[in-house]
Amino acid sequence: MSLSDKDKTAVKALWGKISKSADVVGAEALGRMLVVYPQTKTYFAHWPDMSPGSEPVKAHGKKVMGGLTLAVSKIDDLKAGLLELSEQHAFTLRVDPANFKILSHCILVELATIFPKEFTPEAHLSYDKFFTAVALALAERYR
Amino acid sequence: MVEWTDFERATIADIFSKIQYEVVGPAALARCLVVYPWTQRYFGNFGNLYNAAAISGNPMVAKHGTTILHGLDRAVKNMDDIKATYAELSVLHSEKLHVDPDNFKLLSDCLTIVVAAQLGKAFSGEVQAAFQKFLAVVVSALGRQYH
Repeated sequence: MSLSDKDKTAVKALWGKISKSADVVGAEALGRMLVVYPQTKTYFAHWPDMSPGSEPVKAHGKKVMGGLTLAVSKIDDLKAGLLELSEQHAFTLRVDPANFKILSHCILVELATIFPKEFTPEAHLSYDKFFTAVALALAERYR
Repeated sequence: MVEWTDFERATIADIFSKIQYEVVGPAALARCLVVYPWTQRYFGNFGNLYNAAAISGNPMVAKHGTTILHGLDRAVKNMDDIKATYAELSVLHSEKLHVDPDNFKLLSDCLTIVVAAQLGKAFSGEVQAAFQKFLAVVVSALGRQYH
């Protein structure tokens, strides 16, 4: 299920639109995840506030989107491009990789609410594949 | 027995009263067939499923999508005993249709995305949580009679 040229084109095309409201998308998706999958809050117990729209959530959503923008730019070699981020997630953050799928789903839902027309079944397909590939690259250094 | 809060009951009733079954059902099934193409294995007699456009325009997909959504109605009307409500349908999906129950989750994810696109900002995290809990109970009930 590797990314075809068609997938890469689709991802980059919609990302152009997404990046204009990247901060909002990231914050909303993260906020959504913390509400829909409360077990993910265990990674953020050190935040004073985990509610949607709070400062820590907004700041972190921005960070996550920055990482995804990097991934889009390295879409031709995600393993190499995300090596540092993988090491960070593996050795410092130690996020269970099952959570990558959870956050991916929340980003897809957010994209559907913000871009209902552009998030066609074909765009959804390419993004689902892209996030799966990113998750795989992020898990590269885990063991 | 599944415990539902008042918010969850109200949210599910509200969503199903707002959505157009003949729009959401077909869109969700078509999306599932496009995003997870292996699900097409169950629809060999549906004719042209060669690409996303063909799938989205296929009348048999549309008809079946609507049927599925009306099937969800039964759960909406019997939230306190979804397991019993779907016992027969579960046997059907297992013994006659031979559907891998993992596919129920795939379709339910696509339905979540289609409903999210319909409701936009109104599809908050809390609403999503209630909707996904509802679908998870349905999926579990549909898989109950498999052995």
